Amino acid sequence: MAEFKLRIRRFDPESGQAPYWDEHTVDLEPHRSVLEGILQAKNDTDGSIGIRCSCRGAICGSCGVRINGQPGLACHKHLGDALASSENGVIDVEPMGNMPVIKDLIVDMDAVHWKKVQRVTPWLINKEPIPEREYIVSRESMIDVTQTAACIQCGACVSDCLSMEVDPLFVGPAALAKAYRFIGDPRDAAHQRRLKDLAEDEHGIYTCTHCFKCIDACPKGVAPMNQIMRLRRIAGNDHAIEDRNNGYRHEHAFVKNVERNGLLHEADLLPDSYGGKFHPRAVPELVGSLPAITRALLRRKVTLSKALLHQHKAPPGVKQIYETVEGRDERVELNLYITGRDEDNE
Amino acid sequence: MPAHDVLIIGAGLAGQRAALAAAQKGATVAILSKVHPVRSHSVAAAGGINAAINPADDWRSHAYDTVKGSDFLGDQDAIEIMCRDAPAEVMHLEHIGVTFHRNETGEIDLRAFGGASMKRTAYVADITGQALLHVLYEQIMKHHEVVDRYEEWFVTSIVLDDAGSCVGAVARNIRDGRMETFSAKNVILASGGAGQCFKPTTNALICTGDGIAQAYQAGAPLMDMEMIQYHPTTLAENGFLITEGARGEGAHLLNSEGERFMEKYAPNKMELASRDVVSRAEQTEILEGRGVGPDGTGIWLDITVVPKKRTLEALREIVNIGKDFAGVDITKEPIMIQPGAHYIMGGVKTDVDGATPISGLYAAGEVACVSVHGGNRLGANSLLDTLIFGRRSGEHAAARAAGMPMPTASEDTRKRDERMIAGILDRPKTGRRISAIKDELGTTMNRHVAVYREEDGLQKAHEVVRRLKDEARTAYVDDKGTIFNQDVLGAIELDYMLDCSEAIVIAAIERKESRGAQFRTDYPGRNDEEWLKHIDISRSSDDTPEVSYSPVTITQWQPEERKY
Repeated sequence: MAEFKLRIRRFDPESGQAPYWDEHTVDLEPHRSVLEGILQAKNDTDGSIGIRCSCRGAICGSCGVRINGQPGLACHKHLGDALASSENGVIDVEPMGNMPVIKDLIVDMDAVHWKKVQRVTPWLINKEPIPEREYIVSRESMIDVTQTAACIQCGACVSDCLSMEVDPLFVGPAALAKAYRFIGDPRDAAHQRRLKDLAEDEHGIYTCTHCFKCIDACPKGVAPMNQIMRLRRIAGNDHAIEDRNNGYRHEHAFVKNVERNGLLHEADLLPDSYGGKFHPRAVPELVGSLPAITRALLRRKVTLSKALLHQHKAPPGVKQIYETVEGRDERVELNLYITGRDEDNE
Repeated sequence: MPAHDVLIIGAGLAGQRAALAAAQKGATVAILSKVHPVRSHSVAAAGGINAAINPADDWRSHAYDTVKGSDFLGDQDAIEIMCRDAPAEVMHLEHIGVTFHRNETGEIDLRAFGGASMKRTAYVADITGQALLHVLYEQIMKHHEVVDRYEEWFVTSIVLDDAGSCVGAVARNIRDGRMETFSAKNVILASGGAGQCFKPTTNALICTGDGIAQAYQAGAPLMDMEMIQYHPTTLAENGFLITEGARGEGAHLLNSEGERFMEKYAPNKMELASRDVVSRAEQTEILEGRGVGPDGTGIWLDITVVPKKRTLEALREIVNIGKDFAGVDITKEPIMIQPGAHYIMGGVKTDVDGATPISGLYAAGEVACVSVHGGNRLGANSLLDTLIFGRRSGEHAAARAAGMPMPTASEDTRKRDERMIAGILDRPKTGRRISAIKDELGTTMNRHVAVYREEDGLQKAHEVVRRLKDEARTAYVDDKGTIFNQDVLGAIELDYMLDCSEAIVIAAIERKESRGAQFRTDYPGRNDEEWLKHIDISRSSDDTPEVSYSPVTITQWQPEERKY
């Protein structure tokens, strides 16, 4: 047994008081979960501590919280590990972000998370005719969508999504992972419609900024950001959807820019996103962004020579990466459930 | 006052399936649950769902395996219905989007499971319950116009009219503490089992026997309550479930001498005998000194014999559970397990349409006892039970609703329950803590009402339960608020658990033989002459359980010696 100090962020909506920190000392082995710590405090000292929880084993998705600022399930974090990541020997537990707090560690998931799930038409739209028995589909396709079906809707990825913080209307990591669950499913008849919908939405798949926070947060290996990137590849490459938000061209401009320069040449990126410096679409965009460019110059974030004359050229190693990846017959997509090789089976 | 043709309490697989079925038949439907539907405990079912979908299989074989698994206590008419309907139900699930694992030709793959005479279990890795629950919830979202949802509402009572028919329920909105009476032509209880009466247990914290106790309080009989399934593979420390799918994929059970001891107990089926048989074998090894671990109360489950790629693909969840909750890499070393409380075969007595003897009151899923599981449930039959009898009760309730006027539930029950809650909030600080009472209950049940039982222990358990019932009346709560007051709900749940526990203990004392999950060391044999019958428990006027019996329905399989 060992003693752990928990500092729980409390909020009583009926008190008229602001949120406050409430410290409890619990006595448990270090491999016991933060949830067990909270429940010990709740059971032995203060039954009014509010936290949703049920399965205790990272299956039901009830106990999403922030521990020392990191989102995740309270039942899925060992006290010992939480202590190691704490700043001053006290484990901080707070409600998740990006969602309104109802009481203590309980947030309003309906107001944010479930609305966004609803947004992606979260049910299978069957390919017709529906067979009498099961649809005949490949083993890999079902294993593939099972990665996103493994999402337990805990909201940890939503909690710290940076894009959602900036754009509260962003569909977000959990709902877009759910969208992949149908778009990756060969039994679904609406792939094109779903992709077009989410690509054309200005709060859709191109709003994600690749910050990786949702991948870190997810307790089930769903890797929402990877699913969003797959949606982009499928929308742009397989369904030729060039969205009005310019997301698709912008992403390609990145890829081509790095292929050419090895390092990102930002001055080219914007015009490239609109079809090159001399493309009619690019001119108004360039003119429109002049104030931003001027500010950057004045603040010495960029210099004129660096902006206009990018000397760096991609070394052969970078070219090789492009040749290897683009030379493949099929895109290789990483998947949670398909791991290892058959030879590993001894 | 909200009023619906069909009011469903509980939003796990049985509740959601009932809601969709009733709505499809044109009824106005509401589904009410104390947690968000996807948090329901169906989410934890791992291994799969049984159905004779292989053309070489036959539903009668599935039915016979189920009858034998039940130790001939299951009602064969109900078992026949469940097994005959199973293939169509699995195909329905596939059509609405469940990502069942496929074989090399793209058809639904099947895995081996305990007590089954052939591979018959369709699965989604080892998250089958989650996969099913989330897909059903997708359908509930799709059909939101015809299924009203009351998420995070806690039921305190079922409401009967003067004639004794069920006409609604009283519930508290957890979000703001408001109490509401719901009128309904029919109420379907689908609120799951009572695993929290035991400690440790594989069951979630929400499994507090609410529906069983509510029906019991309303006067409905409970059946087969003595039949508590101890799952053979649960983590010693916290009771977490290690799926039977592991043994289905070929994992071995080993004692301290490294023996595959199941050879002695079930030479044909080995690790894939019925759960009661395997749990007893493990317990015997432990009692005879061949257990493993520091205090010799464990058994090794060796999954390393399963090819690693297969483990990572089909047993992903237990790889995580081993890593996160036991510090064990199951692909490299054996993991220590022991039998643990898992499932209640008994529950609210119903017919094959889910109807209870109270008109207008239905029950489906773990809360109910049809009885398709009898003395022992086969693995992967519980998901099937929830769906088949969830659907049947939804359809039957919708049909019943079509021919009757909407009743108006009296507000008296709500007023009574409001006073009850005010009383809980007013209790002086001198009482015991709810958690302390719950802890003593769980530990007592797990000691005396477990794999092996005998008269003295059961009587002791009964005394403790009676005393705890008294103590629960004065148990103190800290939270006096209205918004998300989980403390006061905990006090009510404790009462539910105590009602369930008392019924379990009384039934276990009553059955003086050994059958299925009930093994009496003082009556070690099965006694068909006297005990081939169900034990029913009803609440008497002075709040004590009353015992009666009902016959077992036998259609085509006469009781015979049970060997695996």
